[in-house]
Amino acid sequence: MPESAAPTITMGRPWSSLTRLGLQLRRGDALAHAIALVFGASVLVVTGLLAWQLWVNSVLPRRQFGWRFLFSQTWDPVAGQFGAAAFVYGTVMTSALALLIAVPLGIGVAIFLAELAPPRLSAMAGMLLELLAAVPSVIYGLVGVSILVPIMRVYVQPALKAATGGFPLFSGPAYGIGLLTAGIVLAVMVVPFIVSVGREVLLAVPREQREAALALGSTRWESTWKVVLPYARPGLYGAVFLALGRALGETMAVTMVIGNRPEIAASLFAPAYSMAAVIANEFSEATEELYLQSLIEVGLVLFALTMVINVVARGLIAATADQGSAR
Amino acid sequence: MSVLTRNRRRKILSDFMLGLSALFTVLCISLLFFVLGYLLIKGGSSVNLAFFTKLPTPPGEDGGGMANALVGSAKLLGIAAVTGLPIGFLAGLYLSEFAGRTMATVVRYAADLLNGVPSIVIGIFVYTLVVLPMQHFSTLAGGLALGIMMIPIMTRSTEEFLRAVPVTLREGSLALGATRTLTIIRVVVPAAARGIVTAAMLGLARVAGETAPLLFTALSNRFWSPGINQPTASLPVMIFNYAVAPYDDWHRQAWAAGLVLLTLVLVANLSARYLLGGRQES
Repeated sequence: MPESAAPTITMGRPWSSLTRLGLQLRRGDALAHAIALVFGASVLVVTGLLAWQLWVNSVLPRRQFGWRFLFSQTWDPVAGQFGAAAFVYGTVMTSALALLIAVPLGIGVAIFLAELAPPRLSAMAGMLLELLAAVPSVIYGLVGVSILVPIMRVYVQPALKAATGGFPLFSGPAYGIGLLTAGIVLAVMVVPFIVSVGREVLLAVPREQREAALALGSTRWESTWKVVLPYARPGLYGAVFLALGRALGETMAVTMVIGNRPEIAASLFAPAYSMAAVIANEFSEATEELYLQSLIEVGLVLFALTMVINVVARGLIAATADQGSAR
Repeated sequence: MSVLTRNRRRKILSDFMLGLSALFTVLCISLLFFVLGYLLIKGGSSVNLAFFTKLPTPPGEDGGGMANALVGSAKLLGIAAVTGLPIGFLAGLYLSEFAGRTMATVVRYAADLLNGVPSIVIGIFVYTLVVLPMQHFSTLAGGLALGIMMIPIMTRSTEEFLRAVPVTLREGSLALGATRTLTIIRVVVPAAARGIVTAAMLGLARVAGETAPLLFTALSNRFWSPGINQPTASLPVMIFNYAVAPYDDWHRQAWAAGLVLLTLVLVANLSARYLLGGRQES
């Protein structure tokens, strides 16, 4: 590089001696910017197109059933009557059960990794939990069907029934499959999400907060429970919502253990159905236009539900991050 | 005295709760080894030469393998890689190098939303976009579904790794007279290359196990599927179909396929992490 050229190309100064070459190269920058912009915008286009396709391809059932679609339990392809209430119920119930199990478990693990474990152990355990998240859904379904379902049928469900004395939630025949089993499998699948976000949020809590609590004489658990967790609360809610988003859309494992019966029963032991499962099971067999579009509308509902949950989750996580940087 | 016992109680509660959190951690991690070990026991004996070289047998007939599903999965991943990776990479490049504040926020948000879309909904999307107009299921449709799933994963990780490249490197290059484009191509991207390649591997490993979006895009196929214009078998869909079928021999093969799939996914994950770890230490 000739020495005289160097100062002319310093950033922020006008291009002088190499103006022509510079302009040409600048045009190259503009071109690169344009190309990158096209691909950046393509992410927007794909997301928008996705919503649009779901919308226009579910016009028939929307016109025919309107809002009744969401509240009717009748799913009768032969009679051409479609209502998604049973699937919405199954999806919401399994996700709620999953969170009931996964939230204490996941937050507990996050506390251990962030507050107790030495950094190397924490990193190692964190990696193993990420591998747990990498196990394909269909494999959870396979293991669930062959281990969890018999255990539920032979041990857990009879024991729960005996212990609660015919409480409606824990009644009816013990099939092994059903809402409760699906909820447990889902819990295992979403725990890693709660742990990885939860751990990060807890680690972002300033050290001084813990030190102050300990200096005031609290035990380690008290400093965690009364100081660290409240400080990290929005982020932890974010982690939970993120896990909920995953649970709502999870398909294969649920399809394999939920029992696939479109009914709303009082018992958690009863076979049920979820939105994702009905799409997985019936989509490639739906020959009637109305039938197919009804399934697409189920997909639209699922899409809308997960979108809302994700937006809330990201908002909460971002709120914690902002709070952390402001102090 | 009463203060002492109260403090003692607080100490015990603290130890108990923290011990519980350690127990939860052990429980969660042992789940991973349990799943892996169980697959090894159930599927290990069925992973043989026939599994890798033979076609599936007709229903109810013993023997056969999943050669077509292995090839099918490879082809699906190939299509996913050539569609999803470049789009995701360039979108990530845009986010880190070119986008203004507003555009960056919007594109980033769209990528995060797309990442949160359930995979079965991606399947519906590709069905309406590709399968309906072409009027048949195909390898291409399945590969595109997986490719779309890769876009947000790739976008966000590319952005992250490019942002991690020190500003001083860019300034050095610009000071030597290189344009921004040249700086990006010759300095920034190579500096982040290892991270980006790793991210691509992780993304591929993740979609390799996806079943739901393939159910009605690639469908499945009991035979070889030449080219990309016909339905194709894939490992995850075979596992699902075989697991819910009423034949013992199919269950045996589902376990074998599960073991092979899980091994591939975990090996890809571990080697990707190993590569990344090496970079961070140096």
